[in-house]
Amino acid sequence: MDYAFYIASAVALVATVMVITRTQATHALLYLVASLLAVAVVFFTLGAAFVAALEVIVYAGAIMVLFVFVIMMLNVSRPIEDAAGVLLRPGTWLGPGLLVVVLLGLMAYLLAGAGALPHPVDGTAAITSPSAAVPAPADAFAISPKQVGIMLFTQYMLGVELASMLLLAALVGVVHLARTHRMVKEVTI
Amino acid sequence: MILAVNPQHAMVLAAILFALGLLGVLVRRNLLFVLLSVEIMLNAAGLAFIAAGSLWAQADGQVMFLFILAMAAAEAAVGLALVLAWYRQTGSLNADAMNQLKDDNNTSRDYEHETAKS
Repeated sequence: MDYAFYIASAVALVATVMVITRTQATHALLYLVASLLAVAVVFFTLGAAFVAALEVIVYAGAIMVLFVFVIMMLNVSRPIEDAAGVLLRPGTWLGPGLLVVVLLGLMAYLLAGAGALPHPVDGTAAITSPSAAVPAPADAFAISPKQVGIMLFTQYMLGVELASMLLLAALVGVVHLARTHRMVKEVTI
Repeated sequence: MILAVNPQHAMVLAAILFALGLLGVLVRRNLLFVLLSVEIMLNAAGLAFIAAGSLWAQADGQVMFLFILAMAAAEAAVGLALVLAWYRQTGSLNADAMNQLKDDNNTSRDYEHETAKS
């Protein structure tokens, strides 16, 4: 567990440094996905498996797809064949691919039970490896999704409602900003 | 109380990631890279919340991470829409070209947008 944390941290740092030093936006995006997946492994080793899954789905999935769409819309001047050739060259995907292979090895290591998986305190969804005899007391600090959900919908109910209103406001604002037909004409006259 | 992973090390990792994101915001002039760096900073803030929640074994840290996640999604959508609108108007992604609200008497700095406008 310990080694998994430090290896994932190193992967996250290397990938983040590569993100802010790239010149091509697509390269930076691939490295950012690798960085977010590494941070998800860090969450997992900290005992927050639910948040690790959300990090993969929402950050590395949904938000990165938004960035990919905008980059696709901005690169209109480049010929299509040229862009595909750049993306298929090994220099584009080899670095992030190697970092993600390290993360895949970490995941296989954790799931094979070589390191004890953190399990929830209440023990309802305890995942114990068959080889591990007794779960260490150090693993008892993992927080289950059940605890998070109960707290989210009782204590933090107002926050949930505010988040929904924030997302609705962002949706309306984005629709207004992304309209093309009238806004461009008004400004360029 | 012995933890499998020391949350203070996770705090150090969050601080380094936040500093890297801040460096990206300050150094890069491409608007897309500025937005990517802001995402790195938000993610580092979430990592700090998770580490704190792990340190005290409370679920509050993960709840706050969910709020950060919703806020980051809204921020990315609005920011990318603004970048798109800006690109449609000027044809560039240079953040230094955003000086149209400035007075005209300060003409010592000659950005490429000024020459493109004339």
